[in-house]
Amino acid sequence: MSVATSAYGVSFGALAVAAGLGVWQTCVLSLLMFTGGSQFAFIGVIASGGLAAAPSAIASAALLGVRNVAYAVRMNAVVGLSWWHRIAAAQFTIDESAAVALAHTEPRARRIGFWVTGLGIYLGWNLATLAGALLGDVLGDVRAYGLDAAAAAAFLALLWPRLRSRQAAAVGVAAAVVAGALTPWLMPGMHVLIAAVVAILVGRFVGVGAREERTS
Amino acid sequence: MTMWTATLLAAVICLALKVVGYLVPAGWLEHERSVRIADLLTVALLGALVAVQTVGSGMAVVLDARVPAVVVAGVLLRLRAPFLVVVVVAAAVAALLRLVGWTA
Repeated sequence: MSVATSAYGVSFGALAVAAGLGVWQTCVLSLLMFTGGSQFAFIGVIASGGLAAAPSAIASAALLGVRNVAYAVRMNAVVGLSWWHRIAAAQFTIDESAAVALAHTEPRARRIGFWVTGLGIYLGWNLATLAGALLGDVLGDVRAYGLDAAAAAAFLALLWPRLRSRQAAAVGVAAAVVAGALTPWLMPGMHVLIAAVVAILVGRFVGVGAREERTS
Repeated sequence: MTMWTATLLAAVICLALKVVGYLVPAGWLEHERSVRIADLLTVALLGALVAVQTVGSGMAVVLDARVPAVVVAGVLLRLRAPFLVVVVVAAAVAALLRLVGWTA
């Protein structure tokens, strides 16, 4: 897991600098935001639309951060009893720490799993981000190194493990098609949000269809 | 809005979302539908971002070296290649195609 985290972090750092963020701005995202999907979304929208797309970039990051609310609700009973345990745990509530905690059944193992994973990834992610940002800073022309393609591949890699159900696959494909089709008509970033709304509607429709199929 | 304002605002919103999850009374958001919508929202946004990062260039649709690079990335993910391999190979494919001048 630590090798994977470093790889994510270095790619994020380099891509953030390529998108136009400073080295310190990149590091602040990893220190304060600390949720990979939202961070990649933020710099992705900034990369395509510049500072003018900042409101869309913020909205994209926030919408991708919504799933952390669901994790936090489930981690509430895991992280420790006192209120300061919960406040401290908030920042370390991410895909990986929630997944490791939920993989255990015994309360003590769950608590240890959450904290070790969360704190370990926080440390590794931030060091890797700094290394990546410094690397991106010296690279210069990012297209010559294929870093724009690396960004697209990184989003695909983030998406891939979430496509197990047919409904998820339908929503992912629909969102991609709508976002691509609307690109010439909307401000960079806006189409991402509209695609999300459309895709959720499609997802609900496909979900209903799938249930009827099973019952018939 | 400056880049610093945007960066800090986005970061604080994401942190606040995590805190909110610990503050709401247990059971409020544990409905199956809320969890499923949060999952689908994640999938939809990532799907849209894949498309925009692959063919978008500002407000234009551009087919260049990113397209074959993402196809290769998809094949590698299908073969269960680790994240680093997927990203590095995708970058290498695009860089090589540009170096030999086959694509923009």
